[in-house]
Amino acid sequence: MNHFKRHLTALAVSAALMPTAAVHAGEVEVLHWWTAGGEARAAAALKQMMEEQGHTWKDFAVAGGGGEAAMTVLKTRAVSGNPPAAAQIKGLDIREWAKLGFLTSLDSVAEAENWDQLIPPRISDVMKYEGEYVAVPVNVHRVNWLWVNPDVMENVGVEVPTTLDEFFEVADKLKAEGYIPLAHGGQPWQDATVFDAVALAELGPDDYRKAFVDHDMDVINSEKMEEVFAQFAKVMSYVDDDAAGRDWNTATGMVIRGEAAMQIMGDWAKGEFTAADLTPGEDYLCAPAPGTTGQFTFNVDSFAMFSLTEEDDIKAQKDLARTILEPEFQTLFNQNKGSIPVRTDMDMSDFDTCAQASMETFKSSADDGGLVPSFSHGLATTSYIQGQIFDVVTNFVNSNNPDPVKTTDQLAAAIKSAM
Amino acid sequence: MEHTQRRPAGVARASSGLMDGLQRWLPKLVVAPTFLLVGIGIYGYMLWTGVLSFTNSSFLPSYEFVGLEQYAKLMESERWLVASWNLAIFGGLFIGICLLIGVVLAIFLDQRIRQEGAIRTIYLYPMALSMIVTGTVWRWILNPSLGLEKLMHDWGWTSFSFDWLVDSDFAIYTIVMAAVWQASGFVMALFLAGLRGVDSSIMRAARVDGASLPMIYWKIILPSLRPVFFSSVMVLAHIAIKSFDLVMAMTSGGPGYSTDLPAVFMYAHTFTRGQMGLGSASAMLMLGAILALLVPYLYSELREKRHD
Repeated sequence: MNHFKRHLTALAVSAALMPTAAVHAGEVEVLHWWTAGGEARAAAALKQMMEEQGHTWKDFAVAGGGGEAAMTVLKTRAVSGNPPAAAQIKGLDIREWAKLGFLTSLDSVAEAENWDQLIPPRISDVMKYEGEYVAVPVNVHRVNWLWVNPDVMENVGVEVPTTLDEFFEVADKLKAEGYIPLAHGGQPWQDATVFDAVALAELGPDDYRKAFVDHDMDVINSEKMEEVFAQFAKVMSYVDDDAAGRDWNTATGMVIRGEAAMQIMGDWAKGEFTAADLTPGEDYLCAPAPGTTGQFTFNVDSFAMFSLTEEDDIKAQKDLARTILEPEFQTLFNQNKGSIPVRTDMDMSDFDTCAQASMETFKSSADDGGLVPSFSHGLATTSYIQGQIFDVVTNFVNSNNPDPVKTTDQLAAAIKSAM
Repeated sequence: MEHTQRRPAGVARASSGLMDGLQRWLPKLVVAPTFLLVGIGIYGYMLWTGVLSFTNSSFLPSYEFVGLEQYAKLMESERWLVASWNLAIFGGLFIGICLLIGVVLAIFLDQRIRQEGAIRTIYLYPMALSMIVTGTVWRWILNPSLGLEKLMHDWGWTSFSFDWLVDSDFAIYTIVMAAVWQASGFVMALFLAGLRGVDSSIMRAARVDGASLPMIYWKIILPSLRPVFFSSVMVLAHIAIKSFDLVMAMTSGGPGYSTDLPAVFMYAHTFTRGQMGLGSASAMLMLGAILALLVPYLYSELREKRHD
C-alpha cells in the first residue's frame, strides 16, 4: 500500500512537471530493440540523460532479437513521412537509408565535438554518407573472440590456442578426454560468425577486406578461399552433433558448465558469463580467436538520425547524438552491454580485463590495418550479399560431404548474383 | 405500420420513399466496409506485390521496372529450389498421410464404440494448439540431446539413434511428422461427419447382399464421400503452402536452409534481407501454386452447382 502511494505521488509530481518541460524542449523518439537485461538498463540511462537536458524521450521499443520486427515498423513510419528521430540501424544499411534521402546530416555536432579525432576512420566511414555523418556509433563489439573454460583446459593439460594449428591440436586432446572442444549453435549467423574468424585467420586483414568489403573476385574465387573453407570445415568438425538450431547463449552455457571447452563468439557472450557470476581472467578466459591475434573484427551498433521538421525536435536530436558519444554514456552503456566505447580516448580502468584487452587491440589494429568490419554482422556488406554468403556458408556446414572447391565457386556465384 | 397510416399523407409518402431507399441501400452499405477492406487488404496488396515483383525494390518499394529479372534470379537461386522441392515433399507427404490416418481413424470411430466422444476429442485436440506450440514441443521431443534419443539412452538403450531433426537430409520429414500430428485429427473429424451423414440403409442393403465391411467402406461409402475428400485436400493444401510458423518454431529453416519452405524464403528475403523484389516474385509463384489448386476445384464446384 505504502509502495503504491509512493508511486502515486511520483506520478503526480512528474505529471505536474511534465508540461513545463515539454514547452521548452523537443521530443526525441528513439526506435531500438534494447528491451532485455543490461541493454534495457543502458537504454533507460540514455533516456534519463536526455530528460536531464530537458527533452522528452519517447520510447519506440520494438522487441524481437535482431530487430526484424523493428525494421518493418520503421519502414512503414518512414514511408508515411513520420519517422522517429533516431533508429537503431547499423552497418551498410545506414548507407541504404541515406541513399533514399531519409537521414539528416550531423556534421554540425560532429565538428563541434570533434568526432573525426575521437573515432577511428574505419568506424566513422560506416557512419558517413557522402562525407557527412548521418549516424552516431554507440559501441564496438569485437567479434573474433574465443571464450574458454580454464578448468577444462587445465584438466586436459592444454593451453589456450593462438593459431588454427594449435586449435586443432588442443581440440583433439579435448575430444579424447570426452569434452566437446567447440561449443556452437547451428544457426546461419553463428556459422557465419565462426567462418568470419577463420577467414580472417587464413586470409589476413587485407584479403579479408578485398573479399568481403570490395568483393574482389580474385580473392573470393581463389585457392586461398578454398583453404578457408577447408580449415572452416575442420574447425566445425569439433562441434557436437546436436548443435543444429541451438541458440548462442545455450552454447555459452555449455562452456560455463564445463561440457564444452571453447566458443567463438562476439563479446556479447560476456553477458552470459557475468550473469553466472563469473570473473574474467579467473573463471573464464577471453582470447583472440585462433590465428587472429592483434586483429579486430568490429561490429558497431549505431543510431541513424532521420530528417525532422520541428525546430525543437531537431535540437533534441542533435543533443541525443552528442550525449551518445559523451564519455559518461559510453562507459555506462558499454559496461552494461559487454562492448567497448567507440571513442579511443576513454579511461578504461573501470572496465573488466576482457574489455581492456579489447580496447588495446582496437587502438593498435586501427593503426596497423588489422581492424576489419565483420561481414557476419552486416558491417562489411549489404544485407543481401551478406544473406547470400550466409546461405553458402551454412549450406557448407550442414552438407554431409562438404566440398571446399565447389563451395568456393558457389560463393563467387552467389556474391556475383547479388552485386 | 399503424403509425404511418395516422400521419398526414405527404409525410407518409416521403418517409416511405426514404424507407424504401434505405431498404434498398442498407445491405449494400453494411457490406461495403467489408468489401472495401477485402478489396484493398487482400486483392489490392496482391496486385501491389505483383507489381513489386517486376521492380528492383530492395528494402523499400521502388518502381524501377526490370521485367522478369527477379523471377530469373529466383530460378537460379539454389535456396529457392530447395524450398520448392521441400514444399513438394512436405505437401505430398503431409496431405497423403493426413488423409490416410484421418480416414482410418474416422472409420474406426464410426463403429459405434464406447467413449467415442472422449476419443474423438483426444484426436481432434492437437488442432486446437497453435503451430508454434506444436513446433516447439516437437523440437524438444526430436532434439537428440533433449528428447527421445536422450530418453532411450537414459533407459539403457544406448545404441538408439534418432537425429533426423539435426540432419539436413532428413529434417524436412520431422516437420511432416509434427504437421501430421497436428492436422490428422481434423481430417478425421471431417470424415466422421461425412460418414455419419451416409444413409445407414445403404449399409444394411449392402450387408444383405453379402458384402463384407471393408468392401462396403471401400466400394460404397468412401466413394460417396468425394466432396469431403475434396474439402480436406483443399484445406490441407492451404496449410502446406502457407506453412511458416511450424518451420520457424521447429527448425527456423535449418539445419542450414534445408527445411526452407517458400513462405520462409519469402519472409527472409522480403523482410530481413532487403530484397523486396525477389521476395515478391516468390510470393507470386506461391500464389500461382495456390491458384493451380484452387481454379480446378472452383471450376468443378461451380459446374456441379449449374447442374442442380
